[in-house]
Amino acid sequence: MKYDVLIIGAGMSGLAAGIRLAYYDKKVCILERHHRVGGLNSFYSRDGHKFDVGLHAMTNYVPKGTKSTPLPKLLRQLKIQADDFGLCQQRMSAVSFPDKTLRFNNDLNFFTQEIRDNFPKQADNFQRLLKTIAEYDALALDAKPISAREVVGSILSDPVLIDMIFCPLMYYGNAQENDMEFGQFVIMFNSIFCEGFARPQAGVRQILDVLVKKYKDCGGELRLKSEVQSIQVSNDRAESVTLDNGEVLTADKVLSSAGFVETMSLLPGYDPARFINDVGRLSFVEFIMVLDRELAGMGYNTTITFFNNSDRFDYRKPDDLLDISSGVICCPNNFHFDSPLPEAMIRVTNMANFDLWNNLEPEQYQAQKTVWLETTLNEVVKFVPDFRPNIVYTDVFTPKTIYRYTGHMNGAVYGTPNKIKTGVTHLKNLFLCGTDQGFLGIVGAMLSGISMANLHVLQKG
Amino acid sequence: MKADEIKAMILEVIHEIVPDEDLSDLKPDVRIRDQIEMDSMDFLDIIMELRKRYGITVPEDDYMKLSTLDSSVAYLEPLMKDI
Repeated sequence: MKYDVLIIGAGMSGLAAGIRLAYYDKKVCILERHHRVGGLNSFYSRDGHKFDVGLHAMTNYVPKGTKSTPLPKLLRQLKIQADDFGLCQQRMSAVSFPDKTLRFNNDLNFFTQEIRDNFPKQADNFQRLLKTIAEYDALALDAKPISAREVVGSILSDPVLIDMIFCPLMYYGNAQENDMEFGQFVIMFNSIFCEGFARPQAGVRQILDVLVKKYKDCGGELRLKSEVQSIQVSNDRAESVTLDNGEVLTADKVLSSAGFVETMSLLPGYDPARFINDVGRLSFVEFIMVLDRELAGMGYNTTITFFNNSDRFDYRKPDDLLDISSGVICCPNNFHFDSPLPEAMIRVTNMANFDLWNNLEPEQYQAQKTVWLETTLNEVVKFVPDFRPNIVYTDVFTPKTIYRYTGHMNGAVYGTPNKIKTGVTHLKNLFLCGTDQGFLGIVGAMLSGISMANLHVLQKG
Repeated sequence: MKADEIKAMILEVIHEIVPDEDLSDLKPDVRIRDQIEMDSMDFLDIIMELRKRYGITVPEDDYMKLSTLDSSVAYLEPLMKDI
């Protein structure tokens, strides 16, 4: 079978790329190793409970009719109506540090006022930061990477405020330890503080359902449980793709969302040593708890809390299985939904060490999940009313789980720290999209798929 | 297609891509993107629609020739005379 384009991975970026290509009459097939779509943003059911993976909230929310921001742009490109995603806005989120809390919602003026109240001496500097962010072209594919810590540190002078601003941006989309590329900082700042959080009533399923339907309506082919085992190369071109069942597919172009190193590992003569610095190191554990009542009933209306309990905020691979000194608490019920969700839930995310989790014996692996759940909840209840007696079901995923289902090495949800913004590889017809191309988050991933499909396929005739 | 039909067709395509933009005052000799909110991704869709609807392929090097309404009509007229 010969295709115009083969896409590896049916995550947000692969599906978005697929829609663009299929809409403009390309013969396109998406290959997904898992039995369902979504990749890093997917869903599953266990013992009758429905869970989301990845998505806490969709970033980049803007009211209908707003122009020139990423969400409306991508809806236009995908020919999808804003209402199809059914986005409901957050109530209120917060960054909580030992002596300070900054709340934010989907109105930047509110956040600015919070900063003025909590860091009065930094109010003018914060205005300068906003100006710098507004003037920066974060989408330029040829921009030279610069350190966000340096740029922000030259504008704001309070290290606590700097850490508080970095904390959510790093947790929601940074592949680099301790620092962040400034372009990525700008994208994340806009997506979280200037635009905002929202969630479809039915969670990530709703977004994926819309994308899959659109893709199929345009004539795209989707093959689940079809893992790419290898890519054959001749004359600097990806010649064909072999699936795990032995089937060989050929295409003019291959667009891979599997990750940079993951894609390289499919090529002949792959040498892991060459890419040792390209594999991401940051991964997470998430504890998902079903509760017997909504937290709002206990007086907790916060949608997402980014917390840090130590003097400085460390964003790096921890030396232990988990770093409980900081984390993210997401309450999926605390959005402005039309009707309440079927179940009350809380999700807690901490940075985790892939190697340590991966090396545990099966029994120890289960036991450590239980131990760390208890440990992290001791911290979490400092920010949330004590819900521990209300837990009726708990599920945990670790970096090992992420690797098993997505194939992303080290369970690195944000991929390589060295993004390849052009999507170009050493092969003439093999391109990257998704996490390792460099736009992160759900909206970023979709934009990545769109822009790579545009740049490398549609513009080339 | 004749020049005025081509012009109407382009306006219709643009309207479909950016339905919220008011096209009634679009000056034919000024860059389209300077008059309405339209980025390079939207612009690409004009090219793509031409191919999807009429089978016209505009090479990447010629994209500039579609920057104004007048220049678009001039560029497309010979290509669309039999459509």
